[in-house]
Amino acid sequence: MIATLVLAPLLCGLVGLLLPQRNRPVAAALGILGATVALVLTVLALAGEERGGVSYRWARFGDLDVTLTALVDTRALLMALAVAVVALCVQVYSVGYLAGDDRYGPYAAQISIFTGAMLTVVFSGDLISLLVGWEVMGACSYLLIAHDRTLPEAPRAAVKAFLVTRVGDVGFLLGIVLLGVHAGTFRIVDVLDAVPGMSPAAVTTAALLLLAGVAGKSAQFPLHTWLPDAMAGPTPISALIHAATMVAAGVYVVVRLFPVFGASPTALAVLAAMAGVTLLLGALAATAADDIKRVLAWSTVSQLGYMMAALSVGALDAAMFHLLAHAAFKALLFLCAGSVIHAVGSNLMSRMGGLRRSMPVTFWTMTIGLGALVGLPPFAGFFSKEAVVAAVHERPALWVAALLGVAVTAWYSTRLWLLTFFGPARDAAVHGHEPGWAMLSPLLVLAVPAAGLGVGALAADYELAHLGVELVLPLALAALGVAVAWWGWRRADAGDPAAVLGRAGPFLAGGLGLDTVQDRLVVRPVRALARAVTAVDVSGVDGAVNGLGRATTGAGAGLAAWHRAALPRALAGVLVGAVLVTVTAVVFA
Amino acid sequence: MSTSAVLLVGVLVVPLLGAVAALLLRGRAGALAATVASVLTLLLTVPMWHTRGMVKSAGGRGPQLWHEVDRSWVPALDLRLHLGVDGISYPLVVLTALLTALCCGYLMWQRPERAGVLAALLLVIEVGILGTFLAFNLVLFFLAFEIVLLPMAAVIAGWGGPARKAAALKFALYTLAGSVLLLVGVVAVVVQTGTADMVRLTAEPAMSHTAQLWIFGLFAVAFAIKSPLWPLHTWLPDAHTEAPTVGSVILAGVLLKMGTYGLIRVGVGVTPEGAAAFAPALGVLAVAAILIGSLVCLRQTELKRLIAYSSVGHMGFVLLGIATLSQIGLQAALIGNIAHGLLTGLLFFLAGAIKDRAHTGLLADLGGLRERQPWLAGVLGFAALGSLGLPGLAGFWGEAFAVVASVQRGGTLWIVLAVLAAVGGALTAAYLLRLLRRVSHGPQAAALAGVPEVRTPELAAWSPLVLLALLLGVAPMLVLGLSAGAVSALTTGAP
Repeated sequence: MIATLVLAPLLCGLVGLLLPQRNRPVAAALGILGATVALVLTVLALAGEERGGVSYRWARFGDLDVTLTALVDTRALLMALAVAVVALCVQVYSVGYLAGDDRYGPYAAQISIFTGAMLTVVFSGDLISLLVGWEVMGACSYLLIAHDRTLPEAPRAAVKAFLVTRVGDVGFLLGIVLLGVHAGTFRIVDVLDAVPGMSPAAVTTAALLLLAGVAGKSAQFPLHTWLPDAMAGPTPISALIHAATMVAAGVYVVVRLFPVFGASPTALAVLAAMAGVTLLLGALAATAADDIKRVLAWSTVSQLGYMMAALSVGALDAAMFHLLAHAAFKALLFLCAGSVIHAVGSNLMSRMGGLRRSMPVTFWTMTIGLGALVGLPPFAGFFSKEAVVAAVHERPALWVAALLGVAVTAWYSTRLWLLTFFGPARDAAVHGHEPGWAMLSPLLVLAVPAAGLGVGALAADYELAHLGVELVLPLALAALGVAVAWWGWRRADAGDPAAVLGRAGPFLAGGLGLDTVQDRLVVRPVRALARAVTAVDVSGVDGAVNGLGRATTGAGAGLAAWHRAALPRALAGVLVGAVLVTVTAVVFA
Repeated sequence: MSTSAVLLVGVLVVPLLGAVAALLLRGRAGALAATVASVLTLLLTVPMWHTRGMVKSAGGRGPQLWHEVDRSWVPALDLRLHLGVDGISYPLVVLTALLTALCCGYLMWQRPERAGVLAALLLVIEVGILGTFLAFNLVLFFLAFEIVLLPMAAVIAGWGGPARKAAALKFALYTLAGSVLLLVGVVAVVVQTGTADMVRLTAEPAMSHTAQLWIFGLFAVAFAIKSPLWPLHTWLPDAHTEAPTVGSVILAGVLLKMGTYGLIRVGVGVTPEGAAAFAPALGVLAVAAILIGSLVCLRQTELKRLIAYSSVGHMGFVLLGIATLSQIGLQAALIGNIAHGLLTGLLFFLAGAIKDRAHTGLLADLGGLRERQPWLAGVLGFAALGSLGLPGLAGFWGEAFAVVASVQRGGTLWIVLAVLAAVGGALTAAYLLRLLRRVSHGPQAAALAGVPEVRTPELAAWSPLVLLALLLGVAPMLVLGLSAGAVSALTTGAP
């Protein structure tokens, strides 16, 4: 059943890629079919008792086996549920969102492959097959981000997304190889069993290498720079990347392989530092952006920081809880933003405003999403973020960062809400209108878990969802953030509260200049190296070859010319030769 | 004659007869005759697999032949018609037969000038390459290795691009230099041991340590030129760039594999102690090839030249696998060979198709291919993703497990080599994505305005490569399973 679950979207995607260009209905049907099959089977598996795993040999190099192993546990199934729900919503939504796009067919197929790849990661019980899903996801994100032909920056953003994650994946591959070679197998269960027997140095090295890959996929500092630029992709793709696939994979893999990280205090400390920096960095960068999708993108970076923070103290369930809640509300937020962009025709909040009345469904669902993001009760994010904040208490610096992050998150979320839906319409040409049902129904579906996941968990007596006095501090900070944003908005006369940031605004919105740092430290040196190496290769190595050729030709020509002697010189030559021969004969005789 | 003899001699004689027929018939009829012959050759490889059974195990490290034929030919030169096939050579035999058949079929459609002669040359090249893969007599191996050279130079000089004469000359002279070293090595082995029988030489390497060192050195340089290994690679970019499409496909797809195959079969097989001594040096050069090849690719401005240079990097992974001398490494090298043949063959087909349409290969003049030619752009995207080693496609296994083999070998040097090779993997992605961005994305370039979309014959030539790249990515055991026993015998002395 698990195999079918994973293969259904993959096969639908592969078939979809082969469809003739204009066959929209079939492409849409295939896309939705793949996600639906995955969803139904996940629900059945959750209801059933089948856990554990089956294993087949896939490849064998020497005495190293690579297996196709399914490792099914409740965490994996819950993750798969989130993936399938979001993927289905995105597929349905895309039918409306890409109504006029003649390359819808391959787009829908690529989403299916993307989904299948993420499900491969989720259920993989073998490091190599996990790597397969991991990388195929990267390739799909590349293809989908580059989809929009009207945006000149799209291809560049796509390349950036693939390359930045690929740089992290150098570490990921080496980490996997190191674990595999030390354990003599790539099966996750056996590798984790072998971890206690490995030398601490090997475990720490492997954990840090894996972290590089995780940082790339889950957009952690310093490999987060691709995620904000990935906004160039169509909005439903942003929902997919930010909610249930791609960025979720990094968090999920740390959960899955936690014994490796847990065995290395160094790796956990690095993870904690990375998480703290990332969650503040993302939150601060979100404060001043004018592009609505960019605000949401930076908020993803920040929220992923929260999940990593929980992981750094070993609070796996808190991280998973926040991951699932975040999947629901971030997918919802992006799809709402898509609906707004669809109506306004621009990503810029400076062209929005007053959309509350003309787009009531979008307004209310987005309000739920933002409430969850801020962590207001009773929405999902309230419970999950609280679980994270409570867990990181044992690392004081991280705890303070997390609390600060709560206030900043509340501030930028309120700003987004006010600028988009309240005040006067800033652009007279914009006539807000709700989109069609294909786009509205996913909003309504996703609003349910975004609003109710926490309460549901509370009702089900899930230990992480609870109410207590320690909730007061984060809640107070969130309220403070909301209030300050509202005050700023009032003071600016229904204008941008980010005005108070002054000249810091553009700096924050630009991601604190880290793109420039990356350019100076990595991109330019590699380019310069490529230039230098090419010069050496062309004029040095090949120059030597050509030089040898020329020298040989030259020598030949010279000798030939020398041979073309006139009679006197030839005679002299013969005479000299005769004398030499005679002398030699006499001497050696 | 036994079945084995029919099959082994058949795959050499059928293309040879096809070449003669193509020369006599000329033109389109000639190309048709060549296509028929090449397809027959491909079909002959099927029963080769189907009726495999271990006819001979020389014991120890010796090859485990599925089929063998051994007849006296020129006793004075120790030359015997000794052919055989095993799990190491079989995948390469099929790849050669497949690519030649696709190229001949492509010529039928493309109809260049003197198509019959070109097809005949391709078949002669096929005879040489297959002979190299099947020979188990060292002198015969050398002869087959040499047969390829001049027809290939003729293909470049006769049907190539603007600088074809210089490229053909460079190719011929450079690889000839390698052949001289190979000849010296072969003669040295025969003089030292009194036999040219590769089965015996592999089963019981009888030469002294010093002799092995010298002789492996000669072999290594000869095969390194063919593979090519940095810094002996500079004939390749010119030859690949100037060669016609079918020439580039055969060059990159199978001709380079003669070098890596020779290194495994002759270098590691006949002179194992020499190989062990030179392994670290080989590994360092292989990784240098990966990094330098990728960095140079980042600076290339011409489509075919970029793909040509990418071969240097990819073959670096194959050579790294061989250099580890471990079972994992050699298996990775063998599947890497096949994957590179499929994917780079496909890339050269595509580059040819794009250049034929746009009449330029300059990246600066291309762009927006996906706007009006989505299928062409789609296949190009597939080939590029496969070539950058995307897991799930064929290229992944060879590259990832070359790294595994290097880590497994252990020690500071090999760990550093593994890390650098993995970094090279990221650079590979960088230049291939740059290629896609320049060719496929962005606004449509003037050079591509109004050019036709993929035609059915082109799709027919490409789709086997696409399917096999996917199939090998999903089911790598198709190659690994065949070679496991043979490689195990070679590295450990036990199958």
